[in-house]
Amino acid sequence: MMNDNVVSFFSEAPPYQALNEKLTYLLNFDTRGMMAFVVYFVAAFVVVNVMALIGGLGTYAERKISADIQMRQGPNRVGPFGLLQFLADGVKMIMKEDILPKAADKYLFFIAPILCMVGVFATLAVLPFSSGFTLTHLNIGVFYVLGVSSLVGVGIFLGGYSSNSKWSMLGGMRGASQIISYEVPVTLSIIAMVMLGGGLNFQTIVDGQGGLPHQWFIFHNPFTIISFVVFFIGMLAETNRAPFDLPEAESELVSGYHTEFTGMRFAFFALAEYVEVFVVCGVAAALYLGGYQVPFGLSSLEFLHTKVGLPMAPARMIGQFLEIGGFVTKTVLLYYVVIWIRWTLPRLRVDQLMTLCWKYLTPIALFNLVGIAVWIYLFNGESMWNLVFKTGAAAAGHH
Amino acid sequence: MPAYNLDVYMPVVILMVIAIVMVVGALLVGKLLRPHNPSELKEQAYECGEDPVGTAWSNFNVRFYVVSLIFIIFDVEGALMFPVAAIFKKFNGIAQGGLVLASLLLFIGVLVSGIVYCWKKGDLDWVKSFTLESYHHDRDQAQAERKTA
Repeated sequence: MMNDNVVSFFSEAPPYQALNEKLTYLLNFDTRGMMAFVVYFVAAFVVVNVMALIGGLGTYAERKISADIQMRQGPNRVGPFGLLQFLADGVKMIMKEDILPKAADKYLFFIAPILCMVGVFATLAVLPFSSGFTLTHLNIGVFYVLGVSSLVGVGIFLGGYSSNSKWSMLGGMRGASQIISYEVPVTLSIIAMVMLGGGLNFQTIVDGQGGLPHQWFIFHNPFTIISFVVFFIGMLAETNRAPFDLPEAESELVSGYHTEFTGMRFAFFALAEYVEVFVVCGVAAALYLGGYQVPFGLSSLEFLHTKVGLPMAPARMIGQFLEIGGFVTKTVLLYYVVIWIRWTLPRLRVDQLMTLCWKYLTPIALFNLVGIAVWIYLFNGESMWNLVFKTGAAAAGHH
Repeated sequence: MPAYNLDVYMPVVILMVIAIVMVVGALLVGKLLRPHNPSELKEQAYECGEDPVGTAWSNFNVRFYVVSLIFIIFDVEGALMFPVAAIFKKFNGIAQGGLVLASLLLFIGVLVSGIVYCWKKGDLDWVKSFTLESYHHDRDQAQAERKTA
């Protein structure tokens, strides 16, 4: 266990402590709490802005990649390579008239996008960007993500219900039933990873893995690979991504649950969706792909400080940035796969969706859970590679 | 310092407040920029250009409620399994893993019997399946009821 969160990361630095002492002396009360609040606020502000930027770039990436797949150009007018397209879209959205349907439930109509945004942004608090630069490491981290992200489902359903339009209502009902159904296999897959990691804290789970693929939980034993596939499919459905984009199926439901939403209200639904995809990709990277672990311990203080000979403070910072690089690389690769799947597979029907969830994924996830539990019991939590190395070493010892 | 204090939840509150301020703020700023010309036609619910018929708040397919009932059972089960999963490794380290594993398997066994029951009853099918016999049975029963009435 190195650092708990941003505050404890910075509070170990001498300038922080000096400033704290000075403030305590000047203001005549213990300023540790105040300093912690300021650090939390600045960090949260930075994270939100970066995530909004990633959400915007996500829409750009989606259009560019789909254009690549369909042999088109994609956006290429605004900024270099069309990179600023999302800003132009944002300006357009904010200039659009805000239409409120007369028959709609006005308060719920107002609350629905807020619920989506709150549900997505609150999950950012525990997303493990690196061992030090994480907003907070809650001891119930994984469980917290599952709980808070359910708010998005409520937002989607309320968006559909409050519009008082038949398309929206159908989309909202589909969205609610889909999101709650796929939560079951996702939860069961996550429970298996909690067992392997030995705790609900993201830091505990990531620290249980290593930098190289054979130390990741995805390749821990044969069951975990299937578990990752189940988690990934469930994750696509939870975020309403194709081939599970039934709540907003444009060819049958106009635009689904956000048919009646215009301008900025619609923009927040879209932003929430793109940020949520990034968040769930990040959770997948942390649970299965080693999270912020960097190969060969390149980010550790022993390497940067002792071997390379960097001073203490830069060594710590560079280590953190290397870890962020590792985490973001894995997450962005998963993000690419999500977009790739969207432009490759056709949409499912509602009955196929439910059959896939309840008759395939849930039993498979239950089977996996039992398999992983028995594996941990029999082999004392060792991965299959460790067992192979051990038997190899034992065999070599015999000769 | 206590072993665990609620300070670590501060970012959660900050992020939620930022999210709310972001939405409300953008809508308020937009109010200065955007046009506002409401009309009868614009404020109708979209129904492919036709006048909307009735309200959308009507009775809905009962399948959705069955799904939500099954979901509640499985979600509560997930919530109950998290603590057991979190301590499994620790107990395994002090040679008590068998105890945890047994209780876990017992719990999962009950659940599996539940899902098998649902499956057999046809509640996992979106369109509830029926055999030729059940179809004839239902038809005969309906005819008998009509005769008595």
